[in-house]
Amino acid sequence: MSLLAEAPDQVADDTPYDGLRLRSVTKAFASFTAVDGLDLDVPRGSFFALLGPSGCGKTTTLRMVAGLETPTSGSITLAGQDITYAKPYRRPVNTVFQSYALFPHLDIFENVAFGLRRRRSADVKTQVHEMLELVELTSQARKKPAQLSGGQQQRVALARALINKPEVLLLDEPLGALDLKLRRSMQIEIKRIQTEVGLTFVHVTHDQEEAMTMADTVAVMNKGLIEQMGAPAELYENPRSTFVANFLGQSNLIEGAVLSRSADVTTVDMQGISVSVPTGRTHTDDAAGWVGIRPEKVLIGEEGEALDAPGNTIPGGVVSDVSFVGVSTQYLVRMPWGQELQVFEQNTGRRRRFAPGERVELSWRPEYAFLLDRSQDAGAGAVAGVLA
Amino acid sequence: MNGAAGRWLREHLVLMLGLLVLVYTFVPIAVVVLMSFNAPRGRNAVYQFNGFTLDNWLNPCADADLCSALGVSIRVGLLATVVATALGTLAAFALVRHDFAGRSASNVLIFLPMAAPEIVMGSSLLALFVSAGFAGQLGFWTILIAHVMFCLSFVVVTVRSRLAGMDDTLEQAAMDLYATPLQTFLRVTLPLVFPGILGAALLSFSLSFDDFIVTNLNSGSTVTFPMFVYGAAQRGVPMQVNVIGTLMFVVSIVIVVASELNNRRRSRALT
Repeated sequence: MSLLAEAPDQVADDTPYDGLRLRSVTKAFASFTAVDGLDLDVPRGSFFALLGPSGCGKTTTLRMVAGLETPTSGSITLAGQDITYAKPYRRPVNTVFQSYALFPHLDIFENVAFGLRRRRSADVKTQVHEMLELVELTSQARKKPAQLSGGQQQRVALARALINKPEVLLLDEPLGALDLKLRRSMQIEIKRIQTEVGLTFVHVTHDQEEAMTMADTVAVMNKGLIEQMGAPAELYENPRSTFVANFLGQSNLIEGAVLSRSADVTTVDMQGISVSVPTGRTHTDDAAGWVGIRPEKVLIGEEGEALDAPGNTIPGGVVSDVSFVGVSTQYLVRMPWGQELQVFEQNTGRRRRFAPGERVELSWRPEYAFLLDRSQDAGAGAVAGVLA
Repeated sequence: MNGAAGRWLREHLVLMLGLLVLVYTFVPIAVVVLMSFNAPRGRNAVYQFNGFTLDNWLNPCADADLCSALGVSIRVGLLATVVATALGTLAAFALVRHDFAGRSASNVLIFLPMAAPEIVMGSSLLALFVSAGFAGQLGFWTILIAHVMFCLSFVVVTVRSRLAGMDDTLEQAAMDLYATPLQTFLRVTLPLVFPGILGAALLSFSLSFDDFIVTNLNSGSTVTFPMFVYGAAQRGVPMQVNVIGTLMFVVSIVIVVASELNNRRRSRALT
């Protein structure tokens, strides 16, 4: 968790940081505060995703880095230089806009060459051709943007920004306008290009799958603040708030009361059943909390059946709904305390499918469970994240 | 209506109505073109075709007053176009791109000269000139001021609609790609708004060229082409007026056809 700006006050601000650093950045508009005291460190050369629902402040953050918005307060530094108030055309940052914003009156070549020409760069022709080769558009150089397909326009927008070799490349929901299949292939394409050129990419998206596929660090943003930041797997496996637990995939959150805490394990009374959660995955100091478990970590079995899940076993469930989705079967199981839990089981073919109304027993390995703050809303982030 | 002829008529009714409208519109122009080849017979006001001649075309300035009036109109038209287009374009940018106190009021006020009857505009302008002490100096410059005034609204409205339809992220993208505000304007904004500005300029010129009412009230002893024609009509219009009329018509047709061809070429390139 070294990337986490948990205690920004203790970070020595006088040592130059070679990446992108935001400190207590706030952007207040007339009627609302879009970004509220944001601290963020983006390491040089990383593929960084800002993930959050619409209105969480991620695009505003991006625009402040690009210089298209001015922060109300706070500072932005890039490779040690303060760029908080620098004009957009005076900072080594380029943006791939959501709408691409290609210049309709210029052909593809001139669109890509635009930044080089403004800086009177030498050898424009060679550089543009190299860049068009990278995005596989060499044959389209003399066409106008309107003559290209959406995916091609997207690549032009990418090439037009990349050719300037910016310190940071900003991508504002760049794949939002493409259809699903094209989006998948562009995700891989952009990731490949990033690895190839080695520049710092900051990618804004509301699509959790896109963020996890492409980025090596994901910051989940909510209401103008970073909820949690880390590698995709880390965020998914060990969410620290109900928002992250629900927005990134799905979670079962069950109310519980802490019985005891030790160095490695916290024991929780979950609806009368004692379950344990590793202390490293316990994110509350209160006496009560939400016990969280991902649906695919929950095992389903007949009553009394011995499953490979020593530790947390919860009897007394009744299957209330079964959806067969090919690779897996998704169950809803009504528990004795009235809550319905989600269970995903892989269709390995080795286990039989349960039918609605059958009595079952659920269990999970304690190391997969996590404990969250009881005061947080168990439904936070769920609407946007569900069914993803 | 029965039979093949009846059916043919029913199917082509709209087409025939359209043709009739065209005939209705173009007959006067055809008369003008025809009369430009008419041999004059004395100074009579009766339009009558006396015989074919090329004299009118070969000596368009046979009547010196006609050509000096035409010169005034062209000079006023060009100057008014340049001034009104420049000012109107700037005003349109201000109205679309900047938020200032009184913006919505300005948006409404800019329409007023278009809506006000010309006779009202002309006479109030005359009252203004006279009360400001220019009564003895009415002429070229007062005509120019008057023309700039009524052309401005049309320029603002034309350019504003073009600007409002333009995506301002294009300008942000230019800035993001190291273009200074001036470069952004010259390389991105202006080329994209230019068709609107050009249209506004053409509109200004033709408004200025054929204005009679406002001009007549503020011209003093200066005579513009429409005023010359009006005055001459009472004595008998020299046939050269038809030559000028035909030329004006040809120039407009050429501009319209050229822009249409250009549009077609562009839309073909996009498919």
